[in-house]
Amino acid sequence: MNPMSTAPREDQAAPHHQLEELETVTIRFAGDSGDGMQLTGTQFTATSAIIGNDISTLPDFPAEIRAPLGSLPGVSGYQLNFSSHDIRTPGDEPDVLVAMNPAALKVNIKDLVPGGILVVNTDAFVEANLKKAGYEKNPLEDDSLSGYRVFKLPITKLTLSALDEVKLPHKQLERCKNFYALGLMYWLFDRPLQPTLDWIDEKFAKMPEVGRANKLAVKAAYNYADTTEIFTTHYHVGKAKIKPGKYRNIMGNEATALGFVAASQVAGLPLFYGSYPITPASDILHELSRHKNFGVKTFQAEDEIAAIGAAIGAAFAGNLGLTGTSGPGLALKSEFIGLAVMAEIPIVIINVQRGGPSTGLPTKTEQADLLQAMFGRNSECPVAIVAPATPADCFQMAIEASRIALTHMTPVVYLSDGYLGNGSEPWEIPSVKSLPTIEVKFRTDPTGFFPYLRDERTLARPWAIPGTPGLEHRIGGLEKQHITGNVNYDPDNHDFMVRLRAEKVARIAQDIPPVEVFGQPEGKVLVLGWGSTYGAITTAVEQLQAKGASVSSAHVRYLNPFPRNLGEVLSRFETVLIPELNLGQLALLVRAKYLVDAISFSKVKGKPFKVSELVNKINEYL
Amino acid sequence: MGDNGQTKTLTLTKKDFVSDQEVRWCPGCGDYSILAQVQKVMPELGIPKEKIVFVSGIGCSSRFPYYMNTYGFHGIHGRAPTLATGIKAANPELSVWVITGDGDALSIGGNHFIHAIRRNIDLKIILFNNRIYGLTKGQYSPTSEFGKKTKSSPMGVIDYPIKPLSLAFSSEATFVARSIDGDPKHLASVIDRLAKHKGSGFVEVYQNCNIFNDGAYEYFSARDVRDDRTLYLEHGKPLIFGKDKNKGIRLNGVRPEVVTIGEGGVRVDDLLVHDETAQEPNLAYILGRLEYPEFPVPMGVFRAVQKPTYETMLEAQIAQDIKVKGPGNLEELLNSGETWLIGPDGDQQPAKFTA
Repeated sequence: MNPMSTAPREDQAAPHHQLEELETVTIRFAGDSGDGMQLTGTQFTATSAIIGNDISTLPDFPAEIRAPLGSLPGVSGYQLNFSSHDIRTPGDEPDVLVAMNPAALKVNIKDLVPGGILVVNTDAFVEANLKKAGYEKNPLEDDSLSGYRVFKLPITKLTLSALDEVKLPHKQLERCKNFYALGLMYWLFDRPLQPTLDWIDEKFAKMPEVGRANKLAVKAAYNYADTTEIFTTHYHVGKAKIKPGKYRNIMGNEATALGFVAASQVAGLPLFYGSYPITPASDILHELSRHKNFGVKTFQAEDEIAAIGAAIGAAFAGNLGLTGTSGPGLALKSEFIGLAVMAEIPIVIINVQRGGPSTGLPTKTEQADLLQAMFGRNSECPVAIVAPATPADCFQMAIEASRIALTHMTPVVYLSDGYLGNGSEPWEIPSVKSLPTIEVKFRTDPTGFFPYLRDERTLARPWAIPGTPGLEHRIGGLEKQHITGNVNYDPDNHDFMVRLRAEKVARIAQDIPPVEVFGQPEGKVLVLGWGSTYGAITTAVEQLQAKGASVSSAHVRYLNPFPRNLGEVLSRFETVLIPELNLGQLALLVRAKYLVDAISFSKVKGKPFKVSELVNKINEYL
Repeated sequence: MGDNGQTKTLTLTKKDFVSDQEVRWCPGCGDYSILAQVQKVMPELGIPKEKIVFVSGIGCSSRFPYYMNTYGFHGIHGRAPTLATGIKAANPELSVWVITGDGDALSIGGNHFIHAIRRNIDLKIILFNNRIYGLTKGQYSPTSEFGKKTKSSPMGVIDYPIKPLSLAFSSEATFVARSIDGDPKHLASVIDRLAKHKGSGFVEVYQNCNIFNDGAYEYFSARDVRDDRTLYLEHGKPLIFGKDKNKGIRLNGVRPEVVTIGEGGVRVDDLLVHDETAQEPNLAYILGRLEYPEFPVPMGVFRAVQKPTYETMLEAQIAQDIKVKGPGNLEELLNSGETWLIGPDGDQQPAKFTA
């Protein structure tokens, strides 16, 4: 069967249904924050990945744990794009919206494509909820939704009737409606139930009655959709042509955590993670705390400052020192990062960026901490900076960050963001053999030892850890004399050391790969990006290239120092366009360093770029 | 140095702990005495020199690590306990010392002070309390007396001061002691007890800053009045003080009071007996709050109890996890969760990890 065909096909089981083939679908689940939409979304994603679609996700959490029931700020959403070809974004707009209550409809309806499928839980459309959502009239009863294909279902009632012989409190049974919604969507998109049923068995092993209720809800919904005439058509999205290999679904924060465990293994150093819970980085702490059998020591500190302090102490003592946070936490850590720069201690600081400034938008994505990472410390205080480009890339860049820190004896800032951290995609699992090696050599020979001796190539100082006889020395935050490491205020020495520290970070460029160009090496427009804009940029550029446009893209994963060839790459294009989820931070750095009149394209809405937005912008310069 | 990285049996002397750096404290500073006593105690502890680490914050006190010929980390203001925690957690075999001051530990560092002590991580914390900010040249500190006139309080301090010992007790410190720079023998014995304690150990050392707050402790420690105004705590012994050893402390309900033995029918049996090992620090807390002139100033070890230390429990959890799950297998970890294989013809099946 030709997977690209869109001709309807008769489905044998229920002759009144048509099965249509689609290449790609974007679906958004939305409900009250207690409605379990995140779980519905992640299950649908996992199933889609297992059956071979390429997937990309965008969870959209509300900031509060439980906002007032039915309120607009309480709406929680989950969008995913699943496809039979290679995709890199969760979709610009949903083709399908599942709205479990009026507030979810109110918040999300404007994004649904005209003619899109809308599934609503009519049981939630009662006066109280309509009022909370700001509806004067019930939108299900007027013609405000006439531009969509609306499916009105009493999902709560259907769930309760499916579970009427389950002995659980009413409230608990109602909560199963998210699995009911899931079952409906599984039927609508021709997905198997088994992966979710297996997952429920495992997850609810200690609460079998709840597990049973959830399974019944999924199955009942599927059967309901199959036997009724509610949906006349259902859809099939075929397997994507994915490179042969072994895959798993992975979320960015999970990949980050695994990456640092892997780094500690290949470096042969115990991992010490000092952290303080903060959205959207807390998952990294949770994940790492479950791997004690790898010797991972996680330390939930009293505050952000203690978290990095302990990581620096642990690194001083010879561990791979790691700390993780979001924007406000990075601000708190600045002084300690300065100490690590002066004392030349290898640590990695993870920043999963979120909307700011200040407390900002904790659950929304942004990439506006690049300049904070570059400059946010007193005096000349350079640190290396890396930034993963996709959820799966979080794994490799974690190893890279560790390699740079340990080889060059410097702090490294690892810039992820909420979209990467919570987003997921299929990941081709690397074999351990294929992972890079990180060579770590502690100093042991006292002969000729000084704390501030320099490696000829990297300018790194020796790593002499407490417990090593004969190498007793003192380091700290005061300026140090070259070689001896004694406290020193001499003017010439200070000038020399400031420049030496800058040069040490600059020389990291010798050890990082050149930036690659996607498309022709020269042309009219180069779209340059960093961090999570990779998916949208690459998709937009690909679309334009297919129409013959003279546009290429490049994505920097090393922000300080930049790859050696970046200047040269930029020079071969008429226009350099830099889309960023900030007011032009990479643009500022690129303009300053390369004297190129790069154009900044900003979006600071707490949401990723849409492919269409980028296509429209790029077209202005073609 | 140059012993080829081999430390055999320890015949260390005080000289081994003196670094090559010129000591830059003001002549007459109490810190010299503390440094001397620490350097005297170190060789007797039986700990290899390379296993000792001194960590400090910012302040005159915090210059201490530069003068010790051990591993040392001169950190940032108030944050030494956090560095020390990481060092100890990474390598529990190290003997980790925190040198701090009244501003460093109780002002900017108050939060870290409380939590490092609360965790009962095996750190030896010595707080040099000179009741002033010396390094920045004479501002008041959280332990300065109410009403004190300083550079930043020309009309007198209007902060109520805090008592370091009270905060240490509230933070559940398992070892609490006080000594003074002017009594080297006493200081040495307290440092020795601190060194031998396993768990969060805190010593407040009354220290004289002769430039910015000279004579801060003369009121009780001057030679002519010291015996009458100091209460030396000894475990298991009744609280007796005075030149003639005829004064004592007893409890009247929950209020301590000074009594004279023999007067008004007071006998030695009526006096409080000091118990370092009491599980609840209530009595130790009361003693920690005794102040001249109503009471003599208590010196010595207030509390010394044992409970599992943070780093021991951290290691135990790792050992337990390894026991239950086996040592971490990276291949297995990467392949965990739902995995599937894409074959060369594009078909795919679920995969199970095999070792």
